[in-house]
Amino acid sequence: MYEYDRYDQAMVDARVEDFRDQTRRRIAGELTEDQFKPLRLKNGLYLQLHAYMLRVAIPYGTFNSRQMRKLADIARKYDRGYGHFTTRQNIQYNWIKLEEAPDLLAELATVEMHAIQTSGESIRNISADQYAGAAADEICDPRPWAELLRQATTFHPEFSYLPRKFKIAVISSKEDRAALRWHDCALRIVRNEAGEEGFEVYAGGGMGRTPFIAYKIRDFLPSGQIFSYLQAILRVWNMHARRDNIHKQRMKILVHDLGEEEFRRQVEEQFEHFLTLGTDFPQAEYDRIAAFFAPPPFETGLSDDIDLSDPDFALWVDRQVIAHKAPGYAIANISLKPVGGIPGDISAEQMERVADLAERYSFDEIRATHAQNLVLPHVRKADLYAVWQALDAAGLADANLDLVTDIIACPGLDYCSLANARSIPIAQKIAQRFADAERQRDIGELKIKISGCINACGHHHAGQIGILGVDRKGTENYQLLLGGSGAEDTSQAKITGPGFDEEGIVDAVERTIERYRELRTDGERFLDTYRRVGMDPFKEAIYG
Amino acid sequence: MAEAALRFRNDDPVEEPAVTLDAFIEQTSASAVRIEAGDDPRRLIPHLGRVKLVEVGFPRFRDGRGFSTARVLREAGYDGEIRAEGDILVDLIFFMRRCGFDSFAPQAPLGRADVDAALSRYDYVYQHAADGAVPIWKLRHG
Ligand code: HEM
Ligand code: SF4
Repeated sequence: MYEYDRYDQAMVDARVEDFRDQTRRRIAGELTEDQFKPLRLKNGLYLQLHAYMLRVAIPYGTFNSRQMRKLADIARKYDRGYGHFTTRQNIQYNWIKLEEAPDLLAELATVEMHAIQTSGESIRNISADQYAGAAADEICDPRPWAELLRQATTFHPEFSYLPRKFKIAVISSKEDRAALRWHDCALRIVRNEAGEEGFEVYAGGGMGRTPFIAYKIRDFLPSGQIFSYLQAILRVWNMHARRDNIHKQRMKILVHDLGEEEFRRQVEEQFEHFLTLGTDFPQAEYDRIAAFFAPPPFETGLSDDIDLSDPDFALWVDRQVIAHKAPGYAIANISLKPVGGIPGDISAEQMERVADLAERYSFDEIRATHAQNLVLPHVRKADLYAVWQALDAAGLADANLDLVTDIIACPGLDYCSLANARSIPIAQKIAQRFADAERQRDIGELKIKISGCINACGHHHAGQIGILGVDRKGTENYQLLLGGSGAEDTSQAKITGPGFDEEGIVDAVERTIERYRELRTDGERFLDTYRRVGMDPFKEAIYG
Repeated sequence: MAEAALRFRNDDPVEEPAVTLDAFIEQTSASAVRIEAGDDPRRLIPHLGRVKLVEVGFPRFRDGRGFSTARVLREAGYDGEIRAEGDILVDLIFFMRRCGFDSFAPQAPLGRADVDAALSRYDYVYQHAADGAVPIWKLRHG
């Protein structure tokens, strides 16, 4: 895992003091709320319905036990004993007091963490494959590039007041576990015919009220030129993008308005220019960073056998455990989706249990996933039973990865001032309806994603079943969408028809799923069936 | 033209009024030009030889187009004055200096102590820009 040197540490420490000064000026009335808002947003501080919310960056979703324990301390000291993992591999606290935020940040800085550029019109925390460094199907570990880009984009002077937010994701496998093409800029590490590593580059994706799937704008970019290329993209957007309508300022709108071809042409022109400036980080710096991500000292000669005689354990292994690249090891997913819980929520005590397990069984590494779950990336197969027992004792042993109860949901009207409708209670009701483990397994992979308004924080556009909360004549109403995907077969979900009330939406989801069970052929996932038969049979089932 | 309340240059300020980019390109005698957010600064590049002052307008401080404007001009080799005019908060000054601005005409006055604090807060930078600051990666590798 990456470790700060004195320079990295000096940067986050300076940012804490910077923010302390901004907060002081706000409290003293030297800054108006209008002036303070973009400044606090650059440091992850939102004003919600009841309190401030602070979003803490977990760069590319990788962190260690010391950091997790600090997150637990912070949950106790500054929040109400909870944290909330988000769809961009970050963690949020919902009950923050403005005057305490600088101290909280100072505590984070002691464990090499920060909230820099986690919101606002900036280059956001970079996300990556949660199985990086462990996945059997990756070309290389994408995290050294993510870390290099983290540094390159931190306090970038030209791109700190962008038209809107800018989200980057990096993966290096065919399978997409990071919702790649839903990002403004998406990078997939590939090898060319000469065996050199480079990036396949996509641009102009995003959700929100006008969803777009990112277009591929480069088949192969030599990896050492990535910063030039990224700056070229950002400059084209920064200079062009409209500033007259906040809803039209995301890069996706520019790419769409200019057209893929013209956008690409302008980027290539700027790219040629940037190459002449010599701003790319040298190979030596990449090597320095990559050394931190060298594989942990995996033991060799381990057995691949797992004793599955305990049936509950066997079910958990079947669902939560994924193949690892090193023989004798496994990737263990930890569900933060207990039936009836709040998706992504975790208590301080649970954080500490996960920290203990990571330290003891996973080379001190933890990952956060965009589906609001956690991962222990490097567990010896022989230790899985002990890990499962400890998770079970901590209430973290649900076996529902990618099943109907593994729901992504935004905070919605329970917290968010922009919401039209509640999301969390809908997630809870659906999970309760499908609580029966046998029924969930029978339904198989089914990704439900819920947003409380058109901003789409809950990824409803990418839901195999998506739910969007809208306001209908002052009452909460829910639209149902089908057929989205955030995986390598990216697609945008479509609305079925008229919306439903709170009970109605749960029934509609159930009717959709029952129709799928009637229609499916052997081994067909919900999404496959939907793609084969189209919307109509489902409409018929839903609206009768 | 707004007078610079803050200036980081030793030469004498240009007294001539800044004209619009279109006017500047037509009037071959002009030496001060104002670039609005939304103007393409690359249009000025063929004429840089006679430019003594570029004033860049910031209509709202959240509008960051002017940051690119300054860099484009510095990257084209312009070393005359680039002045930021408009809605400029102290929190922008550090980034503006890095992009090549060397004078400031903010609508609302900035406290000198706040400016000094903002400019000295960060000892290091992660990336190259127009200010010649040495990026951290270079410090690491000598
Ligand atoms: C409660 C405070 C929050 C507010 C005020 C808020 C606000 C917004 C807004 C305005 C957008 C639309 C951006 C756009 O279209 O340009 C958005 C998108 C998004 N937000 Fe949030 N959000 C909040 C919480 C969250 C949480 C808790 C998560 C993660 C679980 C999240 C993840 C996202 C994602 C993934 C998107 C979609 C990104 C895209 O458009 O490409 N947000 N948010
Ligand atoms: S989707 Fe809407 S309701 Fe949900 S968190 Fe985002 S802004 Fe709030």
